[in-house]
Amino acid sequence: MSTAMQPLTQRSRQVSNKKMSLMERIYLPAIAKGMMITLKHFFTVKAATVKYPEELRPMSKVYRGMHVLKRDDQGRERCTACGLCAVACPAEAITMVADERKKGEEKLYREEKYASIYEINMLRCIFCGDCEDACPKEAIFLTDRLVPTDYQRRPFVYGKEWLVEPLDPSLRVDVSKRQTPEVLKFKEQRQYSHNR
Amino acid sequence: MITVFIFLAVLLLITLGVAAYETYMERKVAAFMQDRIGPDRAGPFGILQPLADGGKMFMKEDFVPANANRWLYFLGPAIAMTTALLTGVVIPWGGTLTIGDFTMNMQAADPEIGILYVFAMVSIGVYGIMLGGWASNNKFALLGAIRAASQMVSYELAMGLSIVALVLHTGTLSLGGIVDQQLDGLWNVVYQPLGFLLFIVCAFAECNRAPFDLAECETELVGGYHTEFSSMKLGFYLFAEYVNMFISSAVMATLFFGGYDIPFFDQAGRTEWWVTALGTGMFFGKIVFFIFVFMWIRWTLPRFRYDQLMNLGWKKLIPLAILNILLTGGWYHLKPYIFK
Repeated sequence: MSTAMQPLTQRSRQVSNKKMSLMERIYLPAIAKGMMITLKHFFTVKAATVKYPEELRPMSKVYRGMHVLKRDDQGRERCTACGLCAVACPAEAITMVADERKKGEEKLYREEKYASIYEINMLRCIFCGDCEDACPKEAIFLTDRLVPTDYQRRPFVYGKEWLVEPLDPSLRVDVSKRQTPEVLKFKEQRQYSHNR
Repeated sequence: MITVFIFLAVLLLITLGVAAYETYMERKVAAFMQDRIGPDRAGPFGILQPLADGGKMFMKEDFVPANANRWLYFLGPAIAMTTALLTGVVIPWGGTLTIGDFTMNMQAADPEIGILYVFAMVSIGVYGIMLGGWASNNKFALLGAIRAASQMVSYELAMGLSIVALVLHTGTLSLGGIVDQQLDGLWNVVYQPLGFLLFIVCAFAECNRAPFDLAECETELVGGYHTEFSSMKLGFYLFAEYVNMFISSAVMATLFFGGYDIPFFDQAGRTEWWVTALGTGMFFGKIVFFIFVFMWIRWTLPRFRYDQLMNLGWKKLIPLAILNILLTGGWYHLKPYIFK
């Protein structure tokens, strides 16, 4: 490196170690200037605070929060316990136990196989959304709901009672923000290994 | 005699109340200067926040480290709190209160060495910090205590010297006398601007307030001298700091800003108790302003480094204070020759 370093941006500034003038050494004018700045802020609009329970911060449209296991239109669980989500999960947060659908359970499960146990460890989960991408049955989605806090670790392992959405049609979890028509169209394109 | 005791009890309650609401004010001022709202959940605008904080302090576990010197460990916060509260006795909170036949002086005691008494109490206050830091048998606490001690010693010098110049001007050490002089003439800050500047800087250092809060210095020393303290013992330390702030604001208002003097106010034709009440109100207004300045500075300036602190104290403030004494003394010495 014989030539001088080329600046990558326009932001570099020449610094100097010049002796401070008397006014700078007295330090009081600088203090007064700083105090005026804080006083100005004292009277400005208080924009930094979000009063949380009453006000919510604006979230990204595709925010990845707590998972939901969807049911289909007739209220049957879509999940078939194929395990692709667990394989896709980089944090190994998902475990499941598959079971065979018995006679008379056709109203509960859409296909012959279902997950009798489905658990996500929310402390391991990194909310990347790979499970959602991997799912061939459109069963698991990340929603804009937040995982509530707790004092113990055990409650963060969410079972089906937390993950499967309620039967009541009015209490269904809306995933239209993530399952947009574009996403559905992309998932139909089988030439991508992702969708096979 | 009984009135003095009642006055002292009221004074104690007011001091504690003011200190409690200073914590609320501190949090609000800090929040406002950072464009936040601050505590607003406990009661309307959060005005019950001090009660909630105090309740929390009482609920906490009162922990004593295993190898602490138990006796000194208990003595530290007690000394800090006691000396902080004792100082208010000599401050003139107002003129003479007259309601009918009943008269009462709004100053519990006016010894002729009032200023020295204030200094003595502030100096003993550092023992609370030192003993607490030493007794908790913790390196961080010990470092904080050492810093507090050296800082107090360094800045008390400059503070005392700045007061010497003021005393040269007033000719009395009695706080009541100093206020009486200012009632008729101009405030002392007009005669002693440099003295006031030195005094307020040293007051920040004496109260362990930013930018001189090296004794607690949470970024380097965890909590400084009160690292090992919890529950109400910690509460006493924090409370003592706020009481000290209140008292030093009162001392500044008394010495340099006319005490309970109301500028441009004609007392004629008004009842006496009304004048006294207004004066006391004015005094508290000045105190609140100085408390605000304390907080304003704290949320503006970063903390000094330790060598910078010592440089400022010994190489800047003390020579300036001596210069101030020489100028003041020279002026009063030469005045008879110039204005014959």
